[in-house]
Amino acid sequence: MMTIQDEVGVLTLAGIAGVALVFLYVIHGATRKADAARVEARAGAIRKWFFLGLLVLGAGVTAATLAPFPIPDQQASAGTRHVVDVVGHQWGWRLPPGPIEAGIPVEFRVTSADVNHGFGLYDSSGRLLAQTQAMPGVTNRLVYTFARPGRYRVLCLEYCGLVHYGMSAEIVVSAAGGARP
Amino acid sequence: MSTRYPAGETLTRGERRALNLYLVSGLLLFILLMSFGLTMRLAQSAWIDITPNHFYQIMTAHGAGMVGTVGLASSAVMWFFLRKYVRLSLPVFVANYACFMLGAALLLGATFVGRFGGAWTFLYPLPVHSMGVWSAGAAAVFMVGYLVMGLGFLLFYLDAMRAIVRVYGNLGRALGLQWLFRGTVDPSHPATVVASTMVIIVNSLGILGGAVVLVMSLVNAYASEFVLDALFAKNLTYFFGHVFVNSSIYMAVIGVYELLPRYTGRPWSMSRPFLWAWAANTVLVLIVYPHHLLMDFAMPRWAMVIGQIASYGEGLPVFAATAYLVLTNVHRSGLRWRMPIVLIVLAIFGWSAGIVPAIIDGTISVNRVMHNTLWVPGHFHFYLLLGVLPMLLAFMYHLIGGRADEPISRGDELGLTAYLVGGLTFVGMFLAGGHASEPRRYAVHFAEWRPYDQVASIAAVLVIAAMLLFAARIARGLLRAPAELR
Ligand code: HEM
Ligand SMILES: [Cu+2]
Repeated sequence: MMTIQDEVGVLTLAGIAGVALVFLYVIHGATRKADAARVEARAGAIRKWFFLGLLVLGAGVTAATLAPFPIPDQQASAGTRHVVDVVGHQWGWRLPPGPIEAGIPVEFRVTSADVNHGFGLYDSSGRLLAQTQAMPGVTNRLVYTFARPGRYRVLCLEYCGLVHYGMSAEIVVSAAGGARP
Repeated sequence: MSTRYPAGETLTRGERRALNLYLVSGLLLFILLMSFGLTMRLAQSAWIDITPNHFYQIMTAHGAGMVGTVGLASSAVMWFFLRKYVRLSLPVFVANYACFMLGAALLLGATFVGRFGGAWTFLYPLPVHSMGVWSAGAAAVFMVGYLVMGLGFLLFYLDAMRAIVRVYGNLGRALGLQWLFRGTVDPSHPATVVASTMVIIVNSLGILGGAVVLVMSLVNAYASEFVLDALFAKNLTYFFGHVFVNSSIYMAVIGVYELLPRYTGRPWSMSRPFLWAWAANTVLVLIVYPHHLLMDFAMPRWAMVIGQIASYGEGLPVFAATAYLVLTNVHRSGLRWRMPIVLIVLAIFGWSAGIVPAIIDGTISVNRVMHNTLWVPGHFHFYLLLGVLPMLLAFMYHLIGGRADEPISRGDELGLTAYLVGGLTFVGMFLAGGHASEPRRYAVHFAEWRPYDQVASIAAVLVIAAMLLFAARIARGLLRAPAELR
């Protein structure tokens, strides 16, 4: 299955390859001489369609990626029975020990006891699933539904000083119904 | 090819000295800071052993130093070309250099003597909350260093603003706003004046924003009952950081506009779309910074939406106008490849390609799994290392090129190959790391990430070798003072 990361990777490679092809084409023809007005007329025609294409693409992607809005409503609770209060501190995470079930939305209420941290939720293969900032004086609500039971990791995704790289914790997700994996 | 070195660009003795100071210092700093970068990659590769404490000091110096040095070198480009159209003050230009060097000394002292490791973004309250790793004094010296540097840039911009207003009446006319909707655009209105005016406006605001958060943090360091709102401080910090880095690109690109026609033999003239692009970017660059805060869910929703839409939009106007200009100007121009034009084409390629991963990351739903992974250094090293640096190098190669119109030497050819191959591999490894969800700013990497780090280390050696070669040639050329610039 393609993850978001894979899709982004493919899109990026394709985009960079496209840019590279245009440059190679222009570099290839650079040392031969043609009438400037002719080149400009042709490029002008391409430009119009290119910008129109970009505009349509941009508007389409904006609409498709902003509705529904990808960040949960911060004013209201998600209305799930799984609410997990998370506090980041230099250099560790305070998480309640309680069980988390797969298949049910989990509302993480994330804050920090000192400096900025980043609450990054990873699966056991090391893939980043979701994140939000952990900030002093602010509580950010992140809603995530674990599809499968298993062991998940929390890593810090905002630089917070000397042991930033070592600031991790584990979250155990049980199968729906509460059985441990 | 006498038009390659027009009379208006001749330097007096004093001017040449000042310019050489900027450029030679810039080259030396780039090489030093690149070796800091290599050191970090080697540590992440587990090929060398440094303490996390040292790693973060090096990271702080590399980040702050690189951002500052790019600003310094690109302001030299702006000064060099802008002084053809308006009367800039040489003492102010020199004062900017002096402030920069003093500021840089404070930054380096704070990091390596005071052990400050709060990163170039000095995100409040980390500078005053190090858990005993560095003192409030070290943080204060670091922040004062920034303020001194900022003061230099502000002086430079104020002088340029004064000079531009004297010739063009006001900043709006210098930007060409009077031609956005009607009238015939004056085809000889200089792109340099348009770009400089934009930078003066946005970067003065950016630096002021930075100064506000720096001063508030300084007060907080000594009067802890004065507490800042962390989210407000973060907004100001990223506003400053975003505007400052972008302004460097916009100053460096002036060299592209000026030099391009001299090497392709095809003049280009001011047009309405070009003015629109710069006017639009003046606004966009100021409002786009919330894309650094997309994972701060407490930000108002409208700010996030602006962050995403403006990210798509900001990439476009100036960048597209420039890429279009360069591509059409080069295509079938019958040019002969010389170092400056090769570097310009490389720079515009690096800028264009680097924008791809950057824009994609400006999408909230992508940012959720890419923010603060190595994807981020991946895209900004792409357009800084392969975009802005080549622009600066193109300018310097132009300065040292003689009337002889030398073809590219074997040494330079080797350097270009190493820089391109090394640079692409180096940024590719950051992007690959980001794809694999590796967090950025980790002093120690898990074993499964190390192969990327190791390939990146080797690639960085190539880049540094190329840079040494370029720098040696340029420094020799600058100090020898080519006859046409005397
Ligand atoms: C050979 C060239 C270079 C090497 C080897 C290098 C290496 C690095 C490394 C390893 C990092 C830290 C990555 C991490 O988060 O784990 C970094 C961060 C950074 N680099 Fe570079 N870099 C190079 C060139 C540049 C250039 C040319 C610029 C700017 C003009 C630049 C600006 C930055 C900035 C702003 C950061 C962010 C620092 C932070 O996260 O606090 N680098 N670089
Ligand atoms: Cu942390």
